[in-house]
Amino acid sequence: MTMNKQGRPTAPGTVEDNELPTISGDRGLDHEEGLIFELGRAGMTGVDVPEVQMSETRLGGRRRKGPIGLPGLSEPEVVRHYVRLSRMNYAIDSGLYPLGSCTMKHNPRLNEKMARLPGFGDIHPLQPQQTVQGAFALISELMRWLTTLTGMPAVAMSPKAGAHGELCGLLAIRAAIEARGEKRPRILVPESAHGTNPATAAFAGFTVDEVPATKSGHVDADALEAKLGPDVCAIMLTNPNTCGLFEPRIIEMADAVHRAGAYFYCDGANFNAIAGRVRPGDLGIDAMHINLHKTFSTPHGGGGPGAGPVVLSERLAPYAPLPLLMHDGNEFRMIEHADEASGGAKPFGRMCAFHGQMGMFTRALAYMLSHGRDGVRQASEDAVLSANYVLASLKDVMSAPFGEGPCMHEALFDDSFLEGTGVTTLDFAKAMIDEGYHPMTMYFPLVVHGAMLIEPTESESKESLDRFIHVLRTMALEAKDKRTARFEGAPRLSPRRRLDETAAARNPILRWRPKDDARQAAE
Amino acid sequence: MRYHPLTTTDRAAMLGKIGARDIDALFRDVPKSAVVPLSAFDLPDTKGEIEVERIMSRMASRNASAGSVPFFCGAGAYRHHVPSAVDHLIQRSEFLTSYTPYQPEIAQGTLQYLFEFQTQVALLTGMEVANASLYDGSTATAEAVLMAQRLTRRPKAILSGGLHPHYAETVETVAALSGKVVRAPVTPGSAEDIAAMIDGETACVVVQSPDVFGLIRDIETVAAAAHAKGALLIAVVTEAMSFGLLESPGAQGADIVAAEGQSIGNGLNFGGPYVGLFATREKFIRQMPGRLTGETVDADGRRGFVLTLSTREQHIRRDKATSNICTNSGLCCLAFTIHLSLLGEEGLTRMARFNHARASALAERLGAVRGVSLVTESFFNEFTVRLSKPAASVVDALAERGIIGGVPASRLMPHEKSARDLLIVAATETNTDEDCEAFAKALAEVLA
Amino acid sequence: MSEVRYTKEHEWVRVEGSEATIGITKYAAEQLGDVVFVELPENGRKVGAGGEAAVVESVKAASEVYAPVSGEVTASNAALSDDPAKVNADPEGDGWFFKVKLSDAGEVAKLMTREQYDEFVKGL
Repeated sequence: MTMNKQGRPTAPGTVEDNELPTISGDRGLDHEEGLIFELGRAGMTGVDVPEVQMSETRLGGRRRKGPIGLPGLSEPEVVRHYVRLSRMNYAIDSGLYPLGSCTMKHNPRLNEKMARLPGFGDIHPLQPQQTVQGAFALISELMRWLTTLTGMPAVAMSPKAGAHGELCGLLAIRAAIEARGEKRPRILVPESAHGTNPATAAFAGFTVDEVPATKSGHVDADALEAKLGPDVCAIMLTNPNTCGLFEPRIIEMADAVHRAGAYFYCDGANFNAIAGRVRPGDLGIDAMHINLHKTFSTPHGGGGPGAGPVVLSERLAPYAPLPLLMHDGNEFRMIEHADEASGGAKPFGRMCAFHGQMGMFTRALAYMLSHGRDGVRQASEDAVLSANYVLASLKDVMSAPFGEGPCMHEALFDDSFLEGTGVTTLDFAKAMIDEGYHPMTMYFPLVVHGAMLIEPTESESKESLDRFIHVLRTMALEAKDKRTARFEGAPRLSPRRRLDETAAARNPILRWRPKDDARQAAE
Repeated sequence: MRYHPLTTTDRAAMLGKIGARDIDALFRDVPKSAVVPLSAFDLPDTKGEIEVERIMSRMASRNASAGSVPFFCGAGAYRHHVPSAVDHLIQRSEFLTSYTPYQPEIAQGTLQYLFEFQTQVALLTGMEVANASLYDGSTATAEAVLMAQRLTRRPKAILSGGLHPHYAETVETVAALSGKVVRAPVTPGSAEDIAAMIDGETACVVVQSPDVFGLIRDIETVAAAAHAKGALLIAVVTEAMSFGLLESPGAQGADIVAAEGQSIGNGLNFGGPYVGLFATREKFIRQMPGRLTGETVDADGRRGFVLTLSTREQHIRRDKATSNICTNSGLCCLAFTIHLSLLGEEGLTRMARFNHARASALAERLGAVRGVSLVTESFFNEFTVRLSKPAASVVDALAERGIIGGVPASRLMPHEKSARDLLIVAATETNTDEDCEAFAKALAEVLA
Repeated sequence: MSEVRYTKEHEWVRVEGSEATIGITKYAAEQLGDVVFVELPENGRKVGAGGEAAVVESVKAASEVYAPVSGEVTASNAALSDDPAKVNADPEGDGWFFKVKLSDAGEVAKLMTREQYDEFVKGL
């Protein structure tokens, strides 16, 4: 036998010591990255700007005296820094992201392209209105989609996020009540509500009264009715609710609320379960915000920006905030001041500067046009189907507090299946990270102990769901079997392990400081 | 539909596993009277990319984009050149398609850039701490007023007449619910005597500099007057590029700074999304609204970042939260942070000087036109001129000549008679000499 | 001999003469988790029985602390501002919150004894 080359090992072998520290501190594709302030140097810049002669006579004596303290970096350094940071993030583009009540669905890239057309991205909110008729047409078209899908006559476009939309809705309700010469200080909020609901009600100057949930996870309609009275301004209710269930008695509740002279605010965070199948207007709702970043898939962007248009009933429409988009038969006009409004409009005020989140409107309309009404309906159905599939596939090994009936777009589990195992909801969720999944929403809604809320959305294939189910089933069985190794101290394989949140809160370090400063501060 | 991975076969198999007859069975809790057929929606059906692009491009083409004409609008939104790297980086999937960093182990990218953002904002504003952003400058101003009301336990906010009217109206919407909002008179080109309005029930004085007319204000004196009466000074900045040249609000005694960060990293986008900057003193952090990122260590002792002091926020504090805000302006912060990192100290300073020089030159050029006089003696990159004709009609006439010549003050304050002939003009590094010359020439024609 | 009484909101109160020292129970401290911040009432503030008097926060929770008895605040535990961990380490000792001068000594008798409180906690 003749060998013309020397052989070499081609299998990874059994290297025991995977933990051998590297010289660089980096590990393969995982780079450690300092703060931008620790990287730069004085005098460098990544943007070429001509140096100009400048007189100081027009600065009113207010020229900056000392340096700001920003680092200087070239373009390649900045690009590398942020690319490295990006690689420490989980994203819907890289894996299933089952965060209940957050709706992490696919973000089509066409929408990004459309938002960047100069005719949308490079126009100024205060340039002459005759030069932005196409932008008004886009907003108008989006308004048509939103009002048609919800069966509501009007929509306020300026709120910048869901919570801002809630505030807008409550202020419209407040204005309507005041116009009747009444004062109604109380707002009813189910105990299962998103935290924003009571926060918004308090922010708008109302007192909050909680409505309990029934054993089946619904709002207790009888308790609600008992709490109604002449001092109740509105109820804020999420439907489908935060337990992932449709409120079967919603029309009955709406009637009771209206009989008591109050208004029905719906948190539209979960509209993505019913869009194209159910119109909130048919349920007796007076106001509802729509999170464009959930139902209509504008990207979450690591926590924003969002957009929260609010659809309004006939009775609330006159109180919609400025600005108001009108069409006079010839062209569009944006009404920016109350006394220019016609047709009985009595706007309660202004929510923010300019006209709202145009960049999100463009993306949402691209989503709607792509889906069409049939696609919107299919998205809702697939989201509900997928959640029920997950529920049906896991409820024998995990515990589903309301698992006897179908759910909507979210499958809710509690921690009773972990009882006696020593594994908590947090451990279970963190162990998912090592399996390559983002955890589900934990400890919310509050009405369920150790809640785990899974929202798979319509964006997952059956193969992807099956794999996810397999992993969760195996984890649940291992936990019940007291094989808890993978839960203890999880995650182990992520860019960081569990972080010390107690230390962060006891001694807040909220910014970088130069070393000299830090020493001084310590002294 | 290209975005939906489930096939008909998949759906049937999944229904089988669930034990449901059909999809309608899953919606059984919906009251019968609320079930509607698809035909109830008078909307079009699904479309391919080509058709959607065609429809939307047609809409976009009906707008005069700022880059296609000589363009001079400001008044709270400014056109700057955003380096290509910014948009490329913010479109990385890991930034674009991630959620709020509630699982810090797999969200260090977002958390670290927010920590960098907070540091940058603190440095620019000259304040000790900044949050991870609010929606925009106007809502940040409203939150600042509410925070001052909480801190001082006093009801009244006094707003300078130079505060952008949209900002003032936004403040009125929320701060008048539980307190009082008083607006000082509008005095284009000069400062009102706001110190005289401060009394024992004043929570805060809100002063914008440069103000809505572009005038650089003396915050220091007003801050001293406010502090003497136990009130706080809120400084508002709508043009973040000005931080590169002007003395910071913190150095002038501001207690809270609320600013619009759009100028750095973010396009005009017809008014949103933008990014609200919010900075204050360390001793006030527990009354601050919005998200905060803090430094800590992980189980292995490595530095990492987390959202912190969350007990101020709605998801824990519910009706006792400092604000109802849940989001920040995530991706817009990222754009801000990357652009500012690219600029650095040197680039920002140069850019700010360039803007000021450009505006100074334009002010001189326009001032030489018959029927035009400069109203704001000191300014950064935006100034106001008085015209011999109503500014709104002049702007319309300029638009017919293909020039977007600034914002007529009357658009923002139609009831202010003194503002009828005032035109607010901004110039940035994006304006060429030719643009400025064309503007002056057209203005001369319109005013002739 | 000082006497310690308890409330359903998990405060304890130790009465010595006309002065009462108030804090949160071991059970409450455990439920909260690591305490990171305590907001205390200023001296001279009048508190009513059952009224909000202080705030205690952990990373994921925040709670109002109610005054179990009426009176005027005479002292608060400044050490908690620097080291809120004391609340977890010794909730019913070093981790006390504030003291009040009792305005109605009769209120104390209405509160639970140790045995009653332990029984109450068992039922939760």
